[in-house]
Amino acid sequence: MKTVEEIKSAIEAALPSAGVEIVPNPSPSAQHSLRLKQESALAVAKFLRDDAELALDYLSNVTGVDWPDSLEAVYHLYSVAKKHGPVILRMRTVDRTDQVELPSLTPVWRSAEFQEREIFDLYGIVFTGHPDLRRLLMWDEFKDHPMRRDYREPDDFEYEPTAHDEVLKRAREHQAAMAGEKEAGAGA
Amino acid sequence: MSVTEELLNQRPEGWNRPAPQVPDDEGELLEIAMGPHHPSTHGVFRMDVALDGERVVRLKAVFGYLHRNHEKIAEGVSYLASMPYTDRLDYICPITNNWAYALAVEKLAGQEVPERAEYLRVILGELTRFQNHASSIGFLIQEMGASGTPLMYAFKAREKVLDLFEELTGARMMVNYMRFGGCRVDASPAWLERTRKVVAGLPGFVDEFERLLATNEILMARTQGVGILKPELAINAGVTGPMLRASGVNYDIRKVDGYGIYNRFNFRVPLGDHGDVYDRFMIRLLEMRESIGILNQALKEIPIGPVMDPKAKLRGFRPKAGEAYGRIEAPKGELGFYLISDGGPNPYRYRVRPPSLINLTVLEDMCLGHDVADVVLIFGSVDIVLGEVDR
Repeated sequence: MKTVEEIKSAIEAALPSAGVEIVPNPSPSAQHSLRLKQESALAVAKFLRDDAELALDYLSNVTGVDWPDSLEAVYHLYSVAKKHGPVILRMRTVDRTDQVELPSLTPVWRSAEFQEREIFDLYGIVFTGHPDLRRLLMWDEFKDHPMRRDYREPDDFEYEPTAHDEVLKRAREHQAAMAGEKEAGAGA
Repeated sequence: MSVTEELLNQRPEGWNRPAPQVPDDEGELLEIAMGPHHPSTHGVFRMDVALDGERVVRLKAVFGYLHRNHEKIAEGVSYLASMPYTDRLDYICPITNNWAYALAVEKLAGQEVPERAEYLRVILGELTRFQNHASSIGFLIQEMGASGTPLMYAFKAREKVLDLFEELTGARMMVNYMRFGGCRVDASPAWLERTRKVVAGLPGFVDEFERLLATNEILMARTQGVGILKPELAINAGVTGPMLRASGVNYDIRKVDGYGIYNRFNFRVPLGDHGDVYDRFMIRLLEMRESIGILNQALKEIPIGPVMDPKAKLRGFRPKAGEAYGRIEAPKGELGFYLISDGGPNPYRYRVRPPSLINLTVLEDMCLGHDVADVVLIFGSVDIVLGEVDR
Protein backbone atom coordinates (compact mmCIF):
# COMPACT_ATOMS: atom_id res chain seq x y z
CA MET A 1 0.00 0.00 0.00
CA LYS A 2 1.30 3.42 -0.96
CA THR A 3 1.36 6.24 1.57
CA VAL A 4 -0.73 9.35 0.97
CA GLU A 5 2.38 11.24 -0.14
CA GLU A 6 3.08 8.62 -2.80
CA ILE A 7 -0.54 8.63 -3.94
CA LYS A 8 -0.41 12.42 -4.15
CA SER A 9 2.67 12.38 -6.32
CA ALA A 10 1.18 9.61 -8.49
CA ILE A 11 -1.92 11.74 -9.04
CA GLU A 12 0.19 14.78 -9.82
CA ALA A 13 2.31 12.84 -12.28
CA ALA A 14 -0.78 11.73 -14.18
CA LEU A 15 -2.84 14.92 -13.81
CA PRO A 16 -0.51 17.92 -13.34
CA SER A 17 -3.32 20.39 -12.66
CA ALA A 18 -5.09 18.21 -10.07
CA GLY A 19 -4.09 20.32 -7.07
CA VAL A 20 -4.41 17.59 -4.44
CA GLU A 21 -3.67 18.55 -0.88
CA ILE A 22 -2.88 16.27 2.09
CA VAL A 23 -5.02 16.59 5.22
CA PRO A 24 -3.11 15.08 8.14
CA ASN A 25 -4.97 13.13 10.80
CA PRO A 26 -3.37 13.48 14.25
CA SER A 27 -5.33 10.63 15.86
CA PRO A 28 -3.67 7.22 16.47
CA SER A 29 -5.56 5.79 13.49
CA ALA A 30 -3.26 7.88 11.23
CA GLN A 31 -5.75 7.70 8.37
CA HIS A 32 -4.58 10.75 6.44
CA SER A 33 -6.73 12.03 3.63
CA LEU A 34 -6.47 13.90 0.33
CA ARG A 35 -8.46 17.03 -0.38
CA LEU A 36 -9.55 17.36 -4.00
CA LYS A 37 -10.41 20.45 -5.94
CA GLN A 38 -13.94 20.47 -7.28
CA GLU A 39 -12.85 21.02 -10.89
CA SER A 40 -10.52 18.03 -11.05
CA ALA A 41 -12.28 15.66 -8.63
CA LEU A 42 -13.93 13.50 -11.27
CA ALA A 43 -10.70 13.07 -13.23
CA VAL A 44 -8.77 12.18 -10.07
CA ALA A 45 -11.46 9.68 -9.06
CA LYS A 46 -11.30 8.02 -12.48
CA PHE A 47 -7.50 7.87 -12.25
CA LEU A 48 -7.62 6.27 -8.78
CA ARG A 49 -10.10 3.66 -9.97
CA ASP A 50 -8.35 2.81 -13.23
CA ASP A 51 -4.69 3.08 -12.22
CA ALA A 52 -3.21 -0.42 -12.35
CA GLU A 53 -1.20 -0.05 -9.16
CA LEU A 54 -3.82 1.65 -6.98
CA ALA A 55 -6.94 -0.01 -8.47
CA LEU A 56 -9.30 1.57 -5.95
CA ASP A 57 -12.33 -0.13 -7.44
CA TYR A 58 -14.48 -0.13 -4.34
CA LEU A 59 -15.96 3.00 -2.75
CA SER A 60 -17.03 1.95 0.70
CA ASN A 61 -18.38 4.94 2.52
CA VAL A 62 -19.51 8.48 1.73
CA THR A 63 -19.98 10.86 4.63
CA GLY A 64 -21.28 14.40 4.83
CA VAL A 65 -19.76 16.70 7.43
CA ASP A 66 -21.02 20.12 8.49
CA TRP A 67 -18.13 22.45 9.33
CA PRO A 68 -18.68 26.01 10.57
CA ASP A 69 -17.77 27.57 7.21
CA SER A 70 -18.46 24.86 4.66
CA LEU A 71 -19.93 21.45 3.96
CA GLU A 72 -17.71 18.49 3.24
CA ALA A 73 -18.07 15.08 1.61
CA VAL A 74 -15.63 12.35 2.65
CA TYR A 75 -15.08 9.24 0.51
CA HIS A 76 -13.46 6.05 1.83
CA LEU A 77 -11.94 3.96 -0.95
CA TYR A 78 -10.63 0.42 -0.87
CA SER A 79 -9.30 -1.95 -3.48
CA VAL A 80 -10.94 -5.32 -3.92
CA ALA A 81 -8.40 -6.33 -6.55
CA LYS A 82 -5.31 -5.43 -4.48
CA LYS A 83 -6.94 -5.78 -1.05
CA HIS A 84 -5.60 -2.52 0.32
CA GLY A 85 -7.04 0.69 1.66
CA PRO A 86 -8.43 2.94 2.90
CA VAL A 87 -7.62 5.95 0.74
CA ILE A 88 -9.69 8.89 1.92
CA LEU A 89 -10.82 11.71 -0.35
CA ARG A 90 -12.47 14.91 0.80
CA MET A 91 -14.18 17.74 -1.03
CA ARG A 92 -15.44 21.00 0.41
CA THR A 93 -18.17 23.31 -0.78
CA VAL A 94 -17.43 27.03 -1.06
CA ASP A 95 -19.83 27.94 1.72
CA ARG A 96 -22.83 26.56 3.59
CA THR A 97 -25.64 28.57 2.02
CA ASP A 98 -25.38 29.47 -1.67
CA GLN A 99 -22.57 27.57 -3.29
CA VAL A 100 -23.19 24.06 -2.01
CA GLU A 101 -22.43 22.15 -5.21
CA LEU A 102 -19.91 19.32 -5.40
CA PRO A 103 -19.21 17.04 -8.35
CA SER A 104 -20.89 13.66 -7.92
CA LEU A 105 -18.64 10.61 -7.99
CA THR A 106 -21.58 8.28 -8.75
CA PRO A 107 -20.54 8.01 -12.44
CA VAL A 108 -17.26 6.50 -11.22
CA TRP A 109 -18.50 4.40 -8.29
CA ARG A 110 -22.13 3.42 -8.27
CA SER A 111 -22.06 2.80 -4.50
CA ALA A 112 -22.18 6.57 -4.04
CA GLU A 113 -25.67 6.66 -5.54
CA PHE A 114 -27.72 6.23 -2.37
CA GLN A 115 -25.10 7.71 -0.08
CA GLU A 116 -24.88 10.97 -2.03
CA ARG A 117 -28.65 11.11 -2.08
CA GLU A 118 -28.59 10.75 1.69
CA ILE A 119 -26.09 13.61 2.03
CA PHE A 120 -28.15 15.77 -0.31
CA ASP A 121 -31.14 14.99 1.89
CA LEU A 122 -29.60 15.49 5.31
CA TYR A 123 -26.91 18.12 4.60
CA GLY A 124 -28.05 19.86 1.46
CA ILE A 125 -24.95 19.31 -0.66
CA VAL A 126 -26.04 19.36 -4.31
CA PHE A 127 -24.10 16.73 -6.25
CA THR A 128 -23.86 17.85 -9.86
CA GLY A 129 -23.84 14.97 -12.32
CA HIS A 130 -25.77 12.63 -10.03
CA PRO A 131 -28.26 10.70 -12.19
CA ASP A 132 -31.09 10.64 -9.68
CA LEU A 133 -30.65 13.28 -6.98
CA ARG A 134 -33.71 13.08 -4.74
CA ARG A 135 -34.21 12.95 -1.01
CA LEU A 136 -33.51 9.49 0.36
CA LEU A 137 -34.77 9.32 3.93
CA MET A 138 -36.97 12.39 4.41
CA TRP A 139 -40.07 12.88 2.27
CA ASP A 140 -39.92 14.97 -0.88
CA GLU A 141 -41.90 17.92 0.50
CA PHE A 142 -39.57 18.30 3.46
CA LYS A 143 -37.81 21.65 3.44
CA ASP A 144 -34.67 21.73 5.59
CA HIS A 145 -31.60 19.54 6.10
CA PRO A 146 -31.84 17.89 9.51
CA MET A 147 -28.21 16.84 9.98
CA ARG A 148 -26.95 20.43 9.80
CA ARG A 149 -25.82 21.75 13.15
CA ASP A 150 -28.03 24.84 12.98
CA TYR A 151 -31.13 22.85 12.09
CA ARG A 152 -34.20 23.78 14.08
CA GLU A 153 -37.34 21.71 14.23
CA PRO A 154 -40.09 23.27 12.14
CA ASP A 155 -43.00 24.85 13.93
CA ASP A 156 -45.62 22.81 12.13
CA PHE A 157 -46.33 19.98 14.51
CA GLU A 158 -49.61 19.97 16.37
CA TYR A 159 -49.43 20.83 20.02
CA GLU A 160 -51.44 18.73 22.40
CA PRO A 161 -55.00 20.01 22.78
CA THR A 162 -54.60 20.17 26.54
CA ALA A 163 -51.23 21.84 26.39
CA HIS A 164 -49.52 22.30 29.68
CA ASP A 165 -47.37 25.27 30.50
CA GLU A 166 -44.11 23.82 29.35
CA VAL A 167 -45.37 23.04 25.85
CA LEU A 168 -47.02 26.43 25.53
CA LYS A 169 -43.85 28.17 26.71
CA ARG A 170 -41.79 26.27 24.19
CA ALA A 171 -44.22 27.10 21.41
CA ARG A 172 -44.13 30.82 22.28
CA GLU A 173 -40.34 30.85 22.31
CA HIS A 174 -40.19 28.99 19.06
CA GLN A 175 -42.67 31.24 17.32
CA ALA A 176 -40.84 34.36 18.52
CA ALA A 177 -37.56 32.97 17.25
CA MET A 178 -39.06 32.07 13.89
CA ALA A 179 -40.64 35.53 13.54
CA GLY A 180 -37.31 37.19 14.37
CA GLU A 181 -35.60 35.08 11.77
CA LYS A 182 -38.14 36.01 9.13
CA GLU A 183 -37.70 39.74 9.81
CA ALA A 184 -33.94 39.41 9.66
CA GLY A 185 -34.29 37.59 6.34
CA ALA A 186 -36.61 40.27 4.95
CA GLY A 187 -34.25 43.07 6.10
CA ALA A 188 -31.29 41.49 4.29
CA MET B 1 -46.33 11.99 -18.29
CA SER B 2 -47.25 8.31 -18.42
CA VAL B 3 -44.85 5.68 -17.17
CA THR B 4 -44.22 4.40 -20.68
CA GLU B 5 -43.17 7.83 -21.94
CA GLU B 6 -41.04 8.34 -18.86
CA LEU B 7 -39.25 5.05 -19.43
CA LEU B 8 -38.63 5.82 -23.06
CA ASN B 9 -37.36 9.28 -22.25
CA GLN B 10 -34.97 8.19 -19.55
CA ARG B 11 -31.65 7.03 -20.93
CA PRO B 12 -29.34 6.71 -17.94
CA GLU B 13 -25.73 7.27 -18.84
CA GLY B 14 -22.60 5.39 -17.88
CA TRP B 15 -21.73 1.73 -17.94
CA ASN B 16 -22.77 1.13 -14.38
CA ARG B 17 -26.43 2.04 -14.86
CA PRO B 18 -29.06 -0.59 -15.66
CA ALA B 19 -30.20 -0.69 -19.28
CA PRO B 20 -33.78 0.55 -19.52
CA GLN B 21 -36.45 -2.05 -20.16
CA VAL B 22 -38.64 -1.09 -23.07
CA PRO B 23 -42.24 -2.29 -22.69
CA ASP B 24 -43.97 -3.97 -25.61
CA ASP B 25 -46.83 -1.95 -27.00
CA GLU B 26 -49.61 -4.28 -25.90
CA GLY B 27 -51.77 -3.01 -23.08
CA GLU B 28 -50.81 -0.58 -20.36
CA LEU B 29 -48.16 -0.55 -17.71
CA LEU B 30 -49.29 -1.24 -14.19
CA GLU B 31 -47.77 0.63 -11.30
CA ILE B 32 -47.74 -1.15 -7.96
CA ALA B 33 -46.51 0.08 -4.59
CA MET B 34 -45.11 -3.01 -2.88
CA GLY B 35 -45.00 -1.89 0.69
CA PRO B 36 -44.65 -0.14 3.08
CA HIS B 37 -46.78 -2.87 4.63
CA HIS B 38 -45.92 -5.91 2.60
CA PRO B 39 -45.17 -9.23 4.28
CA SER B 40 -41.94 -9.65 2.33
CA THR B 41 -40.32 -6.38 3.35
CA HIS B 42 -39.57 -7.39 6.97
CA GLY B 43 -40.48 -3.93 8.11
CA VAL B 44 -41.52 -0.74 6.45
CA PHE B 45 -40.01 -0.36 3.01
CA ARG B 46 -41.60 0.36 -0.34
CA MET B 47 -40.76 -0.70 -3.86
CA ASP B 48 -42.55 1.27 -6.55
CA VAL B 49 -42.74 -1.27 -9.35
CA ALA B 50 -43.88 -0.69 -12.92
CA LEU B 51 -45.05 -3.87 -14.58
CA ASP B 52 -45.54 -4.80 -18.21
CA GLY B 53 -47.75 -7.82 -17.78
CA GLU B 54 -45.80 -9.67 -15.11
CA ARG B 55 -42.41 -8.32 -16.16
CA VAL B 56 -40.74 -5.63 -14.08
CA VAL B 57 -39.73 -2.65 -16.22
CA ARG B 58 -38.92 -0.25 -13.42
CA LEU B 59 -38.34 -0.55 -9.69
CA LYS B 60 -37.64 2.34 -7.36
CA ALA B 61 -36.94 1.75 -3.71
CA VAL B 62 -38.43 4.22 -1.23
CA PHE B 63 -36.74 4.50 2.16
CA GLY B 64 -37.11 6.42 5.34
CA TYR B 65 -40.17 4.99 7.08
CA LEU B 66 -38.02 4.01 10.04
CA HIS B 67 -35.69 7.01 9.91
CA ARG B 68 -34.91 8.37 13.35
CA ASN B 69 -31.68 10.25 12.62
CA HIS B 70 -29.50 7.93 14.65
CA GLU B 71 -26.40 9.85 13.55
CA LYS B 72 -27.70 13.18 14.82
CA ILE B 73 -28.68 11.66 18.16
CA ALA B 74 -25.20 10.19 18.52
CA GLU B 75 -23.64 13.62 17.96
CA GLY B 76 -25.49 14.89 20.99
CA VAL B 77 -24.43 12.26 23.52
CA SER B 78 -21.14 10.86 24.78
CA TYR B 79 -19.28 8.12 22.92
CA LEU B 80 -20.35 5.44 25.35
CA ALA B 81 -24.01 6.45 25.30
CA SER B 82 -24.27 5.47 21.63
CA MET B 83 -23.20 1.91 22.35
CA PRO B 84 -26.65 0.61 23.40
CA TYR B 85 -28.21 2.47 20.49
CA THR B 86 -26.07 0.61 17.98
CA ASP B 87 -27.93 -2.56 19.05
CA ARG B 88 -31.01 -1.12 17.41
CA LEU B 89 -29.44 -0.69 13.97
CA ASP B 90 -29.39 -4.27 12.78
CA TYR B 91 -31.38 -5.80 15.59
CA ILE B 92 -30.79 -9.34 14.35
CA CYS B 93 -27.04 -8.96 14.94
CA PRO B 94 -26.50 -6.50 17.81
CA ILE B 95 -23.12 -7.98 18.76
CA THR B 96 -21.48 -7.14 15.45
CA ASN B 97 -22.89 -3.59 15.60
CA ASN B 98 -21.31 -3.17 19.01
CA TRP B 99 -18.08 -4.58 17.69
CA ALA B 100 -17.85 -2.27 14.70
CA TYR B 101 -18.50 0.79 16.85
CA ALA B 102 -16.05 -0.31 19.53
CA LEU B 103 -13.44 -0.97 16.85
CA ALA B 104 -13.85 2.51 15.35
CA VAL B 105 -13.55 4.21 18.74
CA GLU B 106 -10.54 2.06 19.65
CA LYS B 107 -8.89 3.15 16.42
CA LEU B 108 -9.71 6.76 17.19
CA ALA B 109 -8.29 6.61 20.71
CA GLY B 110 -5.49 4.08 20.13
CA GLN B 111 -7.06 1.73 22.65
CA GLU B 112 -5.76 -1.83 23.16
CA VAL B 113 -8.05 -4.80 23.74
CA PRO B 114 -7.02 -7.71 26.01
CA GLU B 115 -6.66 -11.18 24.56
CA ARG B 116 -9.62 -12.80 26.29
CA ALA B 117 -11.94 -10.00 25.21
CA GLU B 118 -10.85 -10.52 21.60
CA TYR B 119 -11.69 -14.20 21.85
CA LEU B 120 -15.07 -13.44 23.40
CA ARG B 121 -15.76 -10.98 20.57
CA VAL B 122 -14.95 -13.61 17.97
CA ILE B 123 -17.08 -16.25 19.71
CA LEU B 124 -20.08 -13.95 20.01
CA GLY B 125 -19.55 -12.49 16.53
CA GLU B 126 -19.52 -15.91 14.90
CA LEU B 127 -22.55 -17.05 16.88
CA THR B 128 -24.26 -13.90 15.60
CA ARG B 129 -23.26 -14.68 12.03
CA PHE B 130 -24.58 -18.20 12.41
CA GLN B 131 -27.99 -17.19 13.69
CA ASN B 132 -28.29 -14.34 11.17
CA HIS B 133 -27.59 -16.61 8.22
CA ALA B 134 -29.93 -19.30 9.57
CA SER B 135 -32.81 -16.88 9.99
CA SER B 136 -32.14 -15.09 6.70
CA ILE B 137 -32.36 -18.42 4.87
CA GLY B 138 -35.52 -19.18 6.81
CA PHE B 139 -37.05 -15.88 5.76
CA LEU B 140 -36.04 -16.44 2.14
CA ILE B 141 -37.79 -19.81 2.05
CA GLN B 142 -40.77 -18.30 3.83
CA GLU B 143 -41.04 -15.76 1.04
CA MET B 144 -41.06 -18.55 -1.51
CA GLY B 145 -44.25 -19.78 0.08
CA ALA B 146 -42.91 -22.56 2.30
CA SER B 147 -44.87 -21.13 5.14
CA GLY B 148 -43.46 -21.79 8.56
CA THR B 149 -41.47 -25.00 8.54
CA PRO B 150 -37.98 -23.89 7.39
CA LEU B 151 -38.26 -20.65 9.34
CA MET B 152 -39.14 -22.53 12.49
CA TYR B 153 -36.18 -24.88 11.96
CA ALA B 154 -33.95 -21.82 11.69
CA PHE B 155 -35.46 -20.21 14.74
CA LYS B 156 -34.96 -23.40 16.74
CA ALA B 157 -31.19 -23.00 16.23
CA ARG B 158 -31.34 -19.23 16.71
CA GLU B 159 -33.14 -19.72 20.00
CA LYS B 160 -30.22 -21.68 21.45
CA VAL B 161 -27.80 -18.93 20.46
CA LEU B 162 -30.04 -16.22 21.89
CA ASP B 163 -30.21 -18.15 25.17
CA LEU B 164 -26.41 -17.99 25.34
CA PHE B 165 -26.52 -14.22 24.66
CA GLU B 166 -29.10 -13.79 27.38
CA GLU B 167 -27.09 -15.69 29.92
CA LEU B 168 -23.91 -13.72 29.23
CA THR B 169 -25.19 -10.22 28.56
CA GLY B 170 -28.59 -10.15 30.22
CA ALA B 171 -30.50 -9.53 27.01
CA ARG B 172 -31.45 -11.69 24.07
CA MET B 173 -31.19 -8.99 21.43
CA MET B 174 -30.32 -5.57 22.89
CA VAL B 175 -27.07 -6.82 24.35
CA ASN B 176 -25.03 -3.61 24.91
CA TYR B 177 -22.07 -5.88 25.50
CA MET B 178 -18.88 -4.27 24.19
CA ARG B 179 -16.89 -1.41 25.59
CA PHE B 180 -13.97 0.60 24.24
CA GLY B 181 -11.09 -1.61 25.31
CA GLY B 182 -12.88 -4.89 25.94
CA CYS B 183 -16.20 -6.37 26.94
CA ARG B 184 -18.61 -5.49 29.71
CA VAL B 185 -18.68 -8.79 31.62
CA ASP B 186 -16.55 -11.89 31.63
CA ALA B 187 -17.85 -15.28 30.57
CA SER B 188 -18.02 -17.88 33.33
CA PRO B 189 -16.51 -21.35 32.77
CA ALA B 190 -20.04 -22.72 32.95
CA TRP B 191 -21.12 -20.41 30.10
CA LEU B 192 -18.17 -21.49 27.98
CA GLU B 193 -19.03 -25.12 28.67
CA ARG B 194 -22.64 -24.57 27.63
CA THR B 195 -21.48 -22.74 24.50
CA ARG B 196 -19.27 -25.69 23.59
CA LYS B 197 -22.26 -27.96 23.99
CA VAL B 198 -24.46 -25.74 21.79
CA VAL B 199 -21.74 -25.39 19.14
CA ALA B 200 -21.31 -29.17 19.10
CA GLY B 201 -24.99 -29.42 18.14
CA LEU B 202 -24.85 -26.83 15.35
CA PRO B 203 -23.31 -28.99 12.56
CA GLY B 204 -26.23 -31.37 12.94
CA PHE B 205 -28.60 -28.48 12.39
CA VAL B 206 -26.76 -27.33 9.27
CA ASP B 207 -26.76 -30.86 7.86
CA GLU B 208 -30.46 -31.16 8.48
CA PHE B 209 -31.13 -27.74 6.97
CA GLU B 210 -29.07 -28.56 3.91
CA ARG B 211 -30.76 -31.93 3.40
CA LEU B 212 -34.11 -30.22 3.72
CA LEU B 213 -33.42 -27.39 1.29
CA ALA B 214 -30.32 -27.54 -0.89
CA THR B 215 -31.61 -30.05 -3.44
CA ASN B 216 -35.27 -29.21 -3.09
CA GLU B 217 -36.66 -29.11 -6.59
CA ILE B 218 -39.01 -26.19 -6.05
CA LEU B 219 -36.31 -24.12 -4.38
CA MET B 220 -33.89 -24.79 -7.22
CA ALA B 221 -36.50 -23.97 -9.86
CA ARG B 222 -37.43 -20.73 -8.20
CA THR B 223 -33.93 -19.46 -7.34
CA GLN B 224 -31.43 -20.69 -9.94
CA GLY B 225 -30.72 -18.11 -12.63
CA VAL B 226 -32.87 -15.52 -10.86
CA GLY B 227 -31.55 -12.12 -9.84
CA ILE B 228 -28.06 -12.49 -11.28
CA LEU B 229 -25.52 -9.94 -10.11
CA LYS B 230 -22.32 -9.59 -12.14
CA PRO B 231 -19.08 -9.33 -10.13
CA GLU B 232 -17.95 -6.06 -11.82
CA LEU B 233 -21.21 -4.36 -10.97
CA ALA B 234 -21.20 -5.80 -7.46
CA ILE B 235 -17.78 -4.27 -6.73
CA ASN B 236 -18.61 -0.96 -8.38
CA ALA B 237 -21.88 -0.68 -6.48
CA GLY B 238 -20.20 -1.33 -3.15
CA VAL B 239 -22.06 -4.57 -2.50
CA THR B 240 -20.44 -6.48 0.37
CA GLY B 241 -20.84 -9.60 2.43
CA PRO B 242 -22.41 -12.86 1.25
CA MET B 243 -23.99 -10.97 -1.70
CA LEU B 244 -20.56 -10.03 -3.05
CA ARG B 245 -19.03 -13.44 -2.46
CA ALA B 246 -22.00 -15.16 -4.12
CA SER B 247 -20.98 -13.26 -7.27
CA GLY B 248 -17.56 -14.87 -7.02
CA VAL B 249 -15.53 -11.98 -5.60
CA ASN B 250 -13.08 -13.09 -2.95
CA TYR B 251 -13.39 -10.27 -0.43
CA ASP B 252 -13.92 -11.05 3.21
CA ILE B 253 -12.87 -8.29 5.61
CA ARG B 254 -12.01 -10.91 8.23
CA LYS B 255 -9.27 -12.05 5.84
CA VAL B 256 -8.41 -8.69 4.25
CA ASP B 257 -8.09 -6.58 7.40
CA GLY B 258 -7.60 -9.40 9.89
CA TYR B 259 -9.17 -7.14 12.51
CA GLY B 260 -9.27 -8.40 16.08
CA ILE B 261 -7.54 -11.78 16.04
CA TYR B 262 -9.10 -13.23 12.90
CA ASN B 263 -5.74 -13.97 11.29
CA ARG B 264 -5.17 -16.66 13.94
CA PHE B 265 -8.04 -18.82 12.76
CA ASN B 266 -8.24 -21.27 9.93
CA PHE B 267 -11.27 -20.76 7.79
CA ARG B 268 -12.20 -20.68 4.14
CA VAL B 269 -14.13 -18.05 2.22
CA PRO B 270 -16.91 -19.72 0.22
CA LEU B 271 -17.43 -18.20 -3.24
CA GLY B 272 -20.36 -18.42 -5.58
CA ASP B 273 -20.26 -19.04 -9.28
CA HIS B 274 -23.37 -17.52 -10.83
CA GLY B 275 -24.35 -14.74 -8.44
CA ASP B 276 -28.00 -15.75 -8.43
CA VAL B 277 -30.40 -16.17 -5.52
CA TYR B 278 -29.47 -19.84 -5.11
CA ASP B 279 -25.78 -18.95 -4.78
CA ARG B 280 -26.57 -16.41 -2.08
CA PHE B 281 -28.56 -19.05 -0.22
CA MET B 282 -25.75 -21.57 -0.59
CA ILE B 283 -23.02 -19.11 0.46
CA ARG B 284 -24.88 -18.43 3.69
CA LEU B 285 -25.16 -22.15 4.33
CA LEU B 286 -21.44 -22.65 3.73
CA GLU B 287 -20.50 -19.64 5.85
CA MET B 288 -22.45 -21.17 8.71
CA ARG B 289 -20.13 -24.18 8.53
CA GLU B 290 -17.03 -21.98 8.51
CA SER B 291 -18.39 -20.08 11.51
CA ILE B 292 -18.71 -23.34 13.42
CA GLY B 293 -15.06 -24.06 12.56
CA ILE B 294 -13.95 -20.67 13.92
CA LEU B 295 -16.08 -21.18 17.02
CA ASN B 296 -14.47 -24.54 17.75
CA GLN B 297 -10.97 -23.08 17.44
CA ALA B 298 -11.79 -20.02 19.55
CA LEU B 299 -13.49 -22.05 22.27
CA LYS B 300 -10.47 -24.32 22.46
CA GLU B 301 -7.85 -21.57 22.61
CA ILE B 302 -9.56 -18.93 24.77
CA PRO B 303 -7.06 -17.79 27.43
CA ILE B 304 -7.61 -16.68 31.02
CA GLY B 305 -7.24 -12.99 31.74
CA PRO B 306 -9.03 -9.67 32.07
CA VAL B 307 -11.77 -8.70 29.61
CA MET B 308 -11.24 -4.96 29.99
CA ASP B 309 -8.02 -3.06 29.45
CA PRO B 310 -7.33 -1.59 32.93
CA LYS B 311 -6.13 1.64 31.30
CA ALA B 312 -9.38 2.06 29.35
CA LYS B 313 -11.35 5.12 30.30
CA LEU B 314 -15.12 4.91 30.19
CA ARG B 315 -16.31 7.94 32.14
CA GLY B 316 -15.01 11.28 30.94
CA PHE B 317 -13.79 9.64 27.73
CA ARG B 318 -12.45 12.34 25.41
CA PRO B 319 -10.40 11.12 22.46
CA LYS B 320 -7.95 13.58 20.94
CA ALA B 321 -9.03 15.53 17.88
CA GLY B 322 -8.85 13.43 14.74
CA GLU B 323 -10.86 10.88 12.84
CA ALA B 324 -11.04 7.15 12.28
CA TYR B 325 -12.93 4.70 10.10
CA GLY B 326 -13.32 1.19 11.51
CA ARG B 327 -15.04 -1.61 9.66
CA ILE B 328 -15.84 -5.25 10.24
CA GLU B 329 -17.36 -8.09 8.26
CA ALA B 330 -20.85 -8.07 9.73
CA PRO B 331 -23.18 -10.89 8.68
CA LYS B 332 -24.84 -8.59 6.13
CA GLY B 333 -21.68 -7.03 4.74
CA GLU B 334 -19.18 -4.32 5.58
CA LEU B 335 -20.39 -2.47 8.65
CA GLY B 336 -18.28 0.62 9.27
CA PHE B 337 -18.30 3.51 11.66
CA TYR B 338 -16.65 6.82 10.78
CA LEU B 339 -15.97 9.13 13.68
CA ILE B 340 -14.61 12.67 13.78
CA SER B 341 -13.54 13.93 17.18
CA ASP B 342 -12.94 17.58 18.06
CA GLY B 343 -11.52 16.63 21.45
CA GLY B 344 -14.86 16.91 23.20
CA PRO B 345 -16.90 14.28 25.04
CA ASN B 346 -19.27 13.83 22.07
CA PRO B 347 -18.28 12.86 18.54
CA TYR B 348 -18.29 15.80 16.13
CA ARG B 349 -19.48 13.48 13.39
CA TYR B 350 -20.72 9.93 13.76
CA ARG B 351 -21.47 8.02 10.60
CA VAL B 352 -22.73 4.47 10.14
CA ARG B 353 -21.87 2.75 6.89
CA PRO B 354 -24.95 0.54 6.58
CA PRO B 355 -24.40 -2.61 4.49
CA SER B 356 -28.14 -3.20 4.16
CA LEU B 357 -28.76 0.15 2.47
CA ILE B 358 -25.80 -0.02 0.10
CA ASN B 359 -26.54 -3.62 -0.92
CA LEU B 360 -29.93 -2.38 -2.08
CA THR B 361 -28.29 -0.07 -4.66
CA VAL B 362 -28.41 -2.91 -7.19
CA LEU B 363 -31.91 -4.10 -6.36
CA GLU B 364 -33.37 -2.55 -9.50
CA ASP B 365 -30.61 -3.99 -11.69
CA MET B 366 -31.27 -7.49 -10.37
CA CYS B 367 -35.06 -7.27 -10.68
CA LEU B 368 -35.45 -5.75 -14.16
CA GLY B 369 -36.88 -8.21 -16.63
CA HIS B 370 -37.97 -10.70 -13.98
CA ASP B 371 -41.51 -11.54 -12.90
CA VAL B 372 -43.01 -9.66 -10.01
CA ALA B 373 -43.08 -12.87 -7.95
CA ASP B 374 -39.29 -13.06 -8.23
CA VAL B 375 -38.87 -9.53 -6.89
CA VAL B 376 -39.89 -10.82 -3.48
CA LEU B 377 -37.25 -13.54 -3.67
CA ILE B 378 -34.48 -11.31 -4.96
CA PHE B 379 -35.24 -8.76 -2.28
CA GLY B 380 -35.22 -11.49 0.35
CA SER B 381 -31.85 -12.77 -0.83
CA VAL B 382 -30.24 -9.35 -0.20
CA ASP B 383 -30.87 -9.87 3.52
CA ILE B 384 -31.61 -6.48 4.99
CA VAL B 385 -32.88 -5.10 8.26
CA LEU B 386 -34.81 -1.87 8.03
CA GLY B 387 -33.49 -0.58 11.33
CA GLU B 388 -30.13 -0.31 9.63
CA VAL B 389 -31.34 0.83 6.21
CA ASP B 390 -33.18 3.87 7.54
CA ARG B 391 -31.22 4.50 10.73
